[in-house]
Amino acid sequence: MSLLEHLPVLVVIVPLMAAPVCVLLDRGPAAWSVALGAAVLSLACAIGLLMQAPETGAISYHLGGWEPPWGIEYRIDRLAAFVLLIVSAMAVVVMLYARRSVEQEIPEERTAQFYAALLLALAGLLGIVATGDAFNVFVFLEISSLASYALISMGRDRRALSAAFQYLVMGTIGATFILIGIGFLYMMTGTLNMQDLAARLPEVAHTRTVRAGFAFLTVGIGLKLALFPLHLWLPNAYAYAPSVVTAFLAATATKVALYVLLRFKLGIFGFEFALREMPLDTLLAILGIAGILSASLVAIYQDNVKRMLAYSSVAQIGYMVLGIGVATASGVTAALLHLFNHALMKGALFLALGAVMYRLGSVSLRDFSGLGWRMPWTMAAIAIGGLSLIGVPPTVGFISKWYLVLALLEQGWWPIAVLVLIGSIMALVYVWRVVEVAYFERPADDAVLTGEAPLSMLAAIWLLVGANIYFGLNTDLSVGTAQEVANLLMGGGQ
Amino acid sequence: MSLELLLALILLLPAVTAVGVVVARHHPNRRELVTVLSGVVLFVLVAALAATVSWDDAPRLVLAEPVAGIALALQPEPLGIVFALVASFLWPVTSVYAIGYMRAHHEENQTRFYAAFAVSISAAIGIALAANMFTLFMFYELLTVATYPLVTHAGTDAARRAGRVYLGLLMGTSILFLLPAMIWTWHLAGTLEFTPGGVFGETDGLVLSVLLVLFVIGTGKAAIMPFHRWLPAAMVAPTPVSALLHAVAVVKAGVFTILKVSVYLFGIDSIAELAAAEWLAALAALTILLGSLVAMTKDNLKARLAYSTISQLSYIVLGAMIGTAAGVVGGGMHVVMHAFGKITLFFCAGAILVAAHKTCVSELDGLGRTMPLTMLAFLVGALSIVGLPPFGGTWSKWWLVQGTLDAGTWMLTGVLLLSSLLNIAYLVIIPIRGFLIAPAVPSAGLREAPVPSLLAIGVTAVGCIVLFLWPDPLFRLVGEVLQ
Repeated sequence: MSLLEHLPVLVVIVPLMAAPVCVLLDRGPAAWSVALGAAVLSLACAIGLLMQAPETGAISYHLGGWEPPWGIEYRIDRLAAFVLLIVSAMAVVVMLYARRSVEQEIPEERTAQFYAALLLALAGLLGIVATGDAFNVFVFLEISSLASYALISMGRDRRALSAAFQYLVMGTIGATFILIGIGFLYMMTGTLNMQDLAARLPEVAHTRTVRAGFAFLTVGIGLKLALFPLHLWLPNAYAYAPSVVTAFLAATATKVALYVLLRFKLGIFGFEFALREMPLDTLLAILGIAGILSASLVAIYQDNVKRMLAYSSVAQIGYMVLGIGVATASGVTAALLHLFNHALMKGALFLALGAVMYRLGSVSLRDFSGLGWRMPWTMAAIAIGGLSLIGVPPTVGFISKWYLVLALLEQGWWPIAVLVLIGSIMALVYVWRVVEVAYFERPADDAVLTGEAPLSMLAAIWLLVGANIYFGLNTDLSVGTAQEVANLLMGGGQ
Repeated sequence: MSLELLLALILLLPAVTAVGVVVARHHPNRRELVTVLSGVVLFVLVAALAATVSWDDAPRLVLAEPVAGIALALQPEPLGIVFALVASFLWPVTSVYAIGYMRAHHEENQTRFYAAFAVSISAAIGIALAANMFTLFMFYELLTVATYPLVTHAGTDAARRAGRVYLGLLMGTSILFLLPAMIWTWHLAGTLEFTPGGVFGETDGLVLSVLLVLFVIGTGKAAIMPFHRWLPAAMVAPTPVSALLHAVAVVKAGVFTILKVSVYLFGIDSIAELAAAEWLAALAALTILLGSLVAMTKDNLKARLAYSTISQLSYIVLGAMIGTAAGVVGGGMHVVMHAFGKITLFFCAGAILVAAHKTCVSELDGLGRTMPLTMLAFLVGALSIVGLPPFGGTWSKWWLVQGTLDAGTWMLTGVLLLSSLLNIAYLVIIPIRGFLIAPAVPSAGLREAPVPSLLAIGVTAVGCIVLFLWPDPLFRLVGEVLQ
């Protein structure tokens, strides 16, 4: 019983403590086992939390027994539990897959460090979600970011170094902005606890300091989120990072950033202030739609498939942000739903690309010729993941699109709905470029003839592909939770 | 056996067949046997369903409920049963034909061919039995994806380009127009269930007009101009695909969707009052005439047949858009009549390709001497399309003309009659020249298509005549729609 009470902190602590163990073991296979074990434990905690989390309100956990607002509070409401589940579940799938991929892509002497960094990134992301303390968010954000910089720089391509550096610069600027924003809020309210902040902010909401803090936070989170036009770090980082890292970050990091956006804007500032008084809704809607169209367009012209999907990620973030920009409960539902669904799509797609990388050592479009025959299962996964990205039923992509377009139509935002659908057509174009090359072009004579990816990798890929279809048909978990949470958030914060 | 179980079986059987085809891939004979047998069983099952179901209390099979209030569900109704009967009857016939064609033509990747074929049939059945627009849309998209590998079967650059047009137009129109139309309907009416009399209630006529336009042009599979280009493009596929999918399953799924939407989402009465329906009927009339005119200019036989299909499909759209009972009956019957006529013509085109290696109309003079049976069947199919007795096409054209008269639209009546004349000029002329004009090179005696193909041609050609003599069951079934 007492163990169950500690779930909110255990979900974070387990991977955090497992990370140094990995370094100490200093052996690849052992480190992998520890990492997988930690991820599974985190997932178990997250499932437990989702079952415990009350429909309204939250589980409050006082770190070290100090009462909030003085002590640090971990606060798990439905939204947090939902995102914890997504992040830890993706971590488990990625870990299952990682062993073979990492063996090949990471030098053996650095494997243990790699897993340690991966666990740190995981712990950081989970911590951001679990905590109820604004400054704590910044701390965990830095933990996960620093770990990600290290992870990205371990890519085999030497351009990974500059990509990591670019991300480091942009990410640090983002983190600094967030810190300044939090500082401004602290200045005016004298508290860092989110609940407390939410209670005290309305009194001082009209001050310039709070408004400046709001702006700093928006830009800072926007950078972390890769919100158009602050996304420049993302394509390179995703394209040159090791396959495992790309899949993990694409499925989790941007999702957590979106969570932070919701937590700060709607949770702390409150719906009225954030979306009615400040023009955040218009801003997000405009940037969202601009991101969808421009990033999709750029994706069409990419020759590196991983980079193409990275741009597609920027576009997909646009869908989520647009959902928030609609500023209604159904809009936020659509955003949250896509948060969940996009993790499944991109997870599956990037893992499948990792399998291609594993066999071919390249993910440029040229080398995909004939892949439909050489790696039928991997390529089928890419095709199905692609259909999900386009939004073809019965995949999760369709459900996302359905709710987003419905939310737009409810507001009478006709033209925007049309633009969203044009975004889908653009997705059709860039996905189909890959499919055509894979199924129609004969491989070049000097191409390495290869077989299918190892079973452990395929299993992880198809687990996610299956989830893409399962959650496209049974949406009790995804839509149900998203609706509950959206109603709560739009009901004036908590 | 409960009817719900029967529904599930009908949907799953073709999908399971696809698996069976893949399993038996190393034994071509067994593989084809699986396909043909499943086809026969499927038809028997659909016929059993048609015979036992009572329309007042139709069984309903819910597969999933992805969005609260919108189930993925099957529920038979008369129009859908008609479509399912046609598709399931012609599937085994086409499979028999394909055995002869694919082997004589030495096509590669036959396993993929038969498997994708079976999945396509499953999708068509799903469309036919869909209980609501949502389910229909899902299977509609599945049908596009499943037929893509069939269209691009040859794997050449031409096939790849055609595949792009195919996928781009079909999926593009469905995402851009059909999907928002559906979501908007859900927003306005709160339901997507197919309900006799329509779902909208008191909704503004202008909104309904816009919605109807979105639905009709969003259904790219109905090949209404200007979204018809995919159909001629799809002709790069092997002939059995053109025959069953691009004369029957895919295109009929399109016009069937339009019929369903008109009858069960809008309601015929409300269609009759909408301004947009008149415009769409005019667009259909335009497509009928332009399709025929373009067909006359095509020398490639399959291209000519494709444009003829575009023209004929708009008969059904026209029937749905004039908003009279006779129009819907005519449209529903034309789904069947045109299917039998056109599939016969495609079968013949394939037979000519395989046996005489000819693809152009101008090369067919005198072919009646080498391929008399094929040419005779071609004549039957062509006359049925024209709508002359004693062939099935007579009845559907009769009801369509009746519908335009009821609606008081003389222009449209004129279009239908004019189109019949054009049909004679570009379809019936082919077998006539085949029989009467002497070939350029003296014929080398009889040289017919492979026996399985000939058998299939015989079945569909006789079907055209049978449908003229006994249209009653069909007529009663379609008539149920209006009860």
